[in-house]
Amino acid sequence: MVIKGKAHRFGDDINTDYIISGRHKFKTLDMDELACHVMEDLDPRFYECLEKGDFIVAGKNFGCGSSREQAPLALKHAGIAGVLAGSFARIYFRNSINNGLPALVCDTSDIAEGDELEIDLEAGAIRDVTKGLELNSSPLPKVMLDILSEGGMVEYMKKHGRLTLKRESA
Amino acid sequence: MGKTISEKILSSHSGADANAGEIVIAELDYMMAQDGTAPLAIRSFEGMGHDEVARPERVALCIDHNAPSPLRSVSQLHDIMRRFASEHGLELNDVGEGVCHQVMLDKAHVVPGSLVIGADSHTCTYGAVNAFATGVGSTDMAAGMMSGSLWFRVPETAKVTVTGKLPEGVWSKDIALMMVGGITADGATYMALEIGGPAISDLSLDGRLTISNLAVEMGAKVGLMEADEKTLEFFKGRTKAEFQPVRADSDAVYASDLEFDVTSLEPQIAKPHTVDNVVPVGEVEGTPVAEGLIGTCTNGRLEDLRAAAGILKGEKVAPGVRLIVAPASREVMLMALREGLIEVFTEAGGSVLCPGCASCVGTHQGVPGDGENVISTANRNFKGRMGNPEAFIYLASPATVAASCIEGKIADPRRYNG
Repeated sequence: MVIKGKAHRFGDDINTDYIISGRHKFKTLDMDELACHVMEDLDPRFYECLEKGDFIVAGKNFGCGSSREQAPLALKHAGIAGVLAGSFARIYFRNSINNGLPALVCDTSDIAEGDELEIDLEAGAIRDVTKGLELNSSPLPKVMLDILSEGGMVEYMKKHGRLTLKRESA
Repeated sequence: MGKTISEKILSSHSGADANAGEIVIAELDYMMAQDGTAPLAIRSFEGMGHDEVARPERVALCIDHNAPSPLRSVSQLHDIMRRFASEHGLELNDVGEGVCHQVMLDKAHVVPGSLVIGADSHTCTYGAVNAFATGVGSTDMAAGMMSGSLWFRVPETAKVTVTGKLPEGVWSKDIALMMVGGITADGATYMALEIGGPAISDLSLDGRLTISNLAVEMGAKVGLMEADEKTLEFFKGRTKAEFQPVRADSDAVYASDLEFDVTSLEPQIAKPHTVDNVVPVGEVEGTPVAEGLIGTCTNGRLEDLRAAAGILKGEKVAPGVRLIVAPASREVMLMALREGLIEVFTEAGGSVLCPGCASCVGTHQGVPGDGENVISTANRNFKGRMGNPEAFIYLASPATVAASCIEGKIADPRRYNG
């Protein structure tokens, strides 16, 4: 499946309190309500300017800080189709995959704000149409691909009841 | 080939011969979630369609981040937790029991050699008692509750050796901040830290917990230490469970070897707005402060309160400064009361709050005003962390926070030595 959208650029070390502030995420489980507040401490107009299917493109250590899963969930509900980053913090990475929001590790240094991107999720192939760039994302461990293919961890566990994957190298 | 502590614990809990880089499914000894993460974990659990918690005796829910509840909507989320705990026979630690991580230790839900997950990033704190303890999100917690197990990627390990004798007036928080400043926010991403050396052995358990608490601020999965007599002393009388501390093999393979010497360490400050923005206190001395926080999973234990009270005794908090003190747990609060520490804080002009996360997370109990500087013993200073993106948070040891609240500006606590 190929998805297309615009890149919204952020820098390094975007922590989960920036993605969705503690002062909002503690009050409600309504992710659509939280979606309106994503990234607001970094860019108060971010949600307004977002179009469904856009991507976040960040530097290293995206999603560092708090383990709160409201971060990828609020992004997903805001219409973000996926996040590309130089690297991800580990709890955020697991949470993102668990919720079916693609997290793609690649060299994002040449992708600029507003660039049109085309992403083949299965192949992990990224095309920056605006710049004419082809990028590849690092492959996910099989266990994460299995979870993602079911749509997320809830769907996976509902279907299988238990993680029963063969041991393999990441 | 020898194994690291992580490889050993993940091997014994998965029945596999686990090596760094491999994926295993391991049985969990304990699982915890707090009021910021449990409601979502419960929703995910219910979505998974099975109605039984696999090992209810291995699950604790804690109401600490928003305790006592500041809003009706928060109370409704707390209600979800209470009902779920009651239905499934789970332990519920309600308002006033304290910060989840301190309660987990006080109640010995984590012991040396155990494998523990918590739906809170600072679960790494228990690495200081030789547990493979790591933070996860709500849905991983739900999967753990449903099946009693979870998948893990066995981490590579960075060996960290801390040497030298800590000077007076300099504390474990200063060691922790120095390490974060040196290793940086993503310097240990996906890795296990094994932290040891004479400077660590010299620390009390309270002091060691502070260092492991900050492991996640370097991106690490776990912040492990070996167990020694001080560790065993902590668990004496707390649990009848048998446990087996785990040591790394002498020929274990490490991805990196780092050394820090604390002989000339000065008190450290993490400046806004990142935890690795660390400088010696001298560089920011004189910065005016409006609010001080002593507490949290990082520095809310008895040793921390004693250090702060030692400086505040007989002194007064400067006019225009609010000092908030929140003991990390009911147990710590009782000890502090019996030792007269609560009186010291109150006499000095501080405000003592109910055990819990207090102002750290920005939901209540001490949100700073616009343009204000806060000096805090917590572990995060991101913009907006304490509830106001127009405020500035400086992280420090309890001694530095105490000294700074007396002077109304960031101050070197060594002036208060002896």
